[in-house]
Amino acid sequence: MTDKIKKATRHTNQNEGLIFEKSSPGKRAFELPPLDVPAADPAKSLAANHRREGVEGFPEVSEIEVIRHFTRLSTWNYAIDLGMYPLGSCTMKYNPRVNEFVARLDGIATEHPYQPQELSQGCLKILQLLEKCLLEITGMDSVTLQPAAGAQGELTGLLLIRAYHEKNGNPRKKVLIPDSAHGTNPATAVIAGYEVENIKSESHGQIDVDKLRDLVTPDVAALMITNPSTLGIFEERIPEIAKILHDKGALLYMDGANMNALTGITRPGDLGVDVMHLNLHKTFSTPHGGGGPGAGPVAMKKILEPFRPVPILVEKEAGRLALEQIRPDSIGRVKAFSGNFGVLVRALAYILAYGPGVRQATEDAVLNANYIRKHLEGVFDLPYSLPSMHEVVFSDALQKKNGVNTMDIAKRLIDYGFHPYTTAFPLIVPGALMIEPTESESREECDLFIDAMRSIAEEAATNPELVKTAPHTTRVRRLDEVGAARKPILRWKPEPARSEAAD
Amino acid sequence: MRYLPKSPAERHDMLAAIGAKSINDLFSSIPERYRLREALNLPGPLSETEVIDFFKARAAENSGGYTSFLGAGVYNHLRSVVTDAIIQRGEFLTSYTPYQAEITQGTLQAIFEFQTLMCQLTGQEVANASMYDGSTATTEAVLMAERLTGRRRILVARSVHPEYRDVLKTYAKNSGLHVEEIGYAVSGTLDQKALQAALKNDVAAVVVQSPNFFGVIESLPPLADAAHASGALLVTAITEGVSLGVMRAPAEADIVAMEAQSFGLAPSYGGPFAGVIASRDKFVRQMPGRLAGQTTDSEGRRGFVLTLATREQHIRREKATSNICTNQALCALAATVHLTLLGKEGLREMAHQNLSKAQFALAELEKIPGVRRAFDAPFFNEFTVELPRSVKIVNAYLLREKIIGPFVLGTAYPELTKHALVCVTETTTRAEIERFAAALRKALEQPL
Repeated sequence: MTDKIKKATRHTNQNEGLIFEKSSPGKRAFELPPLDVPAADPAKSLAANHRREGVEGFPEVSEIEVIRHFTRLSTWNYAIDLGMYPLGSCTMKYNPRVNEFVARLDGIATEHPYQPQELSQGCLKILQLLEKCLLEITGMDSVTLQPAAGAQGELTGLLLIRAYHEKNGNPRKKVLIPDSAHGTNPATAVIAGYEVENIKSESHGQIDVDKLRDLVTPDVAALMITNPSTLGIFEERIPEIAKILHDKGALLYMDGANMNALTGITRPGDLGVDVMHLNLHKTFSTPHGGGGPGAGPVAMKKILEPFRPVPILVEKEAGRLALEQIRPDSIGRVKAFSGNFGVLVRALAYILAYGPGVRQATEDAVLNANYIRKHLEGVFDLPYSLPSMHEVVFSDALQKKNGVNTMDIAKRLIDYGFHPYTTAFPLIVPGALMIEPTESESREECDLFIDAMRSIAEEAATNPELVKTAPHTTRVRRLDEVGAARKPILRWKPEPARSEAAD
Repeated sequence: MRYLPKSPAERHDMLAAIGAKSINDLFSSIPERYRLREALNLPGPLSETEVIDFFKARAAENSGGYTSFLGAGVYNHLRSVVTDAIIQRGEFLTSYTPYQAEITQGTLQAIFEFQTLMCQLTGQEVANASMYDGSTATTEAVLMAERLTGRRRILVARSVHPEYRDVLKTYAKNSGLHVEEIGYAVSGTLDQKALQAALKNDVAAVVVQSPNFFGVIESLPPLADAAHASGALLVTAITEGVSLGVMRAPAEADIVAMEAQSFGLAPSYGGPFAGVIASRDKFVRQMPGRLAGQTTDSEGRRGFVLTLATREQHIRREKATSNICTNQALCALAATVHLTLLGKEGLREMAHQNLSKAQFALAELEKIPGVRRAFDAPFFNEFTVELPRSVKIVNAYLLREKIIGPFVLGTAYPELTKHALVCVTETTTRAEIERFAAALRKALEQPL
């Protein structure tokens, strides 16, 4: 079995407890310069009932222990820097190091959001250039960089739609969402004050346009569409869909999570989309960092521009830039200060590195997905056969016969040195294997992945138990998630040493 | 292109393996007339050196060489190079949300440690990891209070950060919440009489900030008592976490919404930071955001997983507690490393230095004729002074002296146009404080 695992091998892995378990009073890892003013007496400057003598339970360790602790933890993670991370819908591509470097420059990282705007022209120029680039890429008229992540972008987009309808006299009641959509879409619609109506996909996995025509009543505010869909399939009839909505006064929202399939090839603005968000931590390569930070700019057509959230970047006389805080029709503020600025810096650095050549990244991403599809078709069931864009969705139907499901295959993939693909999604494919390689994978890495998947398929047929009990090579085996949720332990508490604490 | 790992021959071979004649075949599902015929009009491509030069040129157009007395929700604190070294390890930086627990134990254990640190700081029983920032954490805390109480009226102190209140109003507008503001007393703290008058049995939450936007510390126990007496919850926002190194934990609050920027995160023109919600165990199922929990693997070893996911959008869709998905995980990790470095003694000392410098700065400013402390409640590292003339005019003068003056309160509080919010931290030197005081004295001596 091991000779088939070409990409990975075992190596020694350091054990490490919780930092609180290493603590010993009197140790410290950080020293401050001496105080150069008279020391305040907290008893005098704070009322007695406001004071405390240090935070009980806080760790007391040295600098080397901090370095070792977090370095050891880091080695327990898989990462893009180690290899292919084919999580469908997540776009785990290479995160260039220069982007980290420029975001930390003095004069960038050090700037305060309330400093005078005449001393912030550099920051504002960065925002302005990023706005221009995103408008060119999306084919839209106007953009806000405020939202902190995709889900907040969705909310901003729906609030724009709501404000637009309200201005026309009626906010309307419903948002239509296909059953293949990301979970954030319906959760967001509710916060924006809309009812959700789900639309079933037709047999090829596309929006049922005839059904849609019946569903678009004067109550419908918008349709939220993901394009390419979560099946990795381009909605070919999107201009027609836009027309159906527009004829009834409704708007078309596009979830831009999958923009990595379209950048430089086609533009949502040209396809009839009215408003969309972009996930800069997907398409534009800002690091996922174990779950953020991200940024979710929202691009829109002219009709929605008056409703943009504040602050709004404007160009004044002599090219001087400013942020304006007051706009009569604005939906208000969605986040304090000026967006996740440091993330926006990284995204602009990424765009500048590619320039118009960003099209090549899109082509390579689609090439990789189709290459993998070609080599795994037949080995795994392909429930929807329309052409794939940047990702391909298989199902575990063939392996199910031997009692092996998509999660088992995903876990076995870990033993082969890969991060699993997405398993729980899209909901319309039971037992989905959602694979998005991105443009960052070489042919060699794709071939290793294909070999691994084929080998696991063979194992599923000949030795299903091996797959069902995977992973076999990680520092922990499958974890008891049910137990974790039933009796949640969500923080460390000091208590007498127990045997398991020794790990 | 240096980021793309394919040669032309490899692309050609891969296309051949697929059975495509050209790359365009792979885009055939996009109607021809919608495909771009020309390359996008984008600047670049730039080499690595050129990218660095571009951003260095932008950096040079910002505030280099100035001394700042701004706080107001974003604080300049000492940061260790260790924090950056750790969070730039690729295993943390380029890893996804830890859904696959077996190969993300590093991130999961760090989140568990973050949750623990946040509980210790806030005196609460459970903390999430994480919200976008303090403003959305405060808003999500209010929405959580609405779910817990089934009530819709929200009383928010005017002394809560103005931008936090703005964000709350944006979210509240379509959630059926009624947000009312409660003024401040002469001491700068919440007007308790006004609160009492507004409190009825339809109030979901009383929202205060401590230290509040004027820098003064709210006394939470009576506010909690008042809120609880009418069945409302007390939500406490904290914008300056370092204060918790010398200040009592907000243990009386039912929900704490904290901004973690002060814990090792650069001001970065306003983000990315990290918001936190901390609360009581019994409220955990209404809490939004990610939670890591301790469990065991099939061989009995301790491990960590994301847990209670049935609250979240990817499981519950339109019935979720929040739509949040991507949050601020790497910022939360930075805060974890930073607080671990500081430790119990370091955080206490840092907080004490802030307190001492602010006391010193106030004393220096009060020596200037016409400058007086505006509110008399205790404060931490920010305080409000009233000047004999408009703060905007004074700040324009200070700017010529290479000083970024204090925050102008008049924009958000029209009754406070002569009031300035001064912030000093452990990074502000005595010499800088003295130079500021001297420049302010001169500014006030200028003819109008």
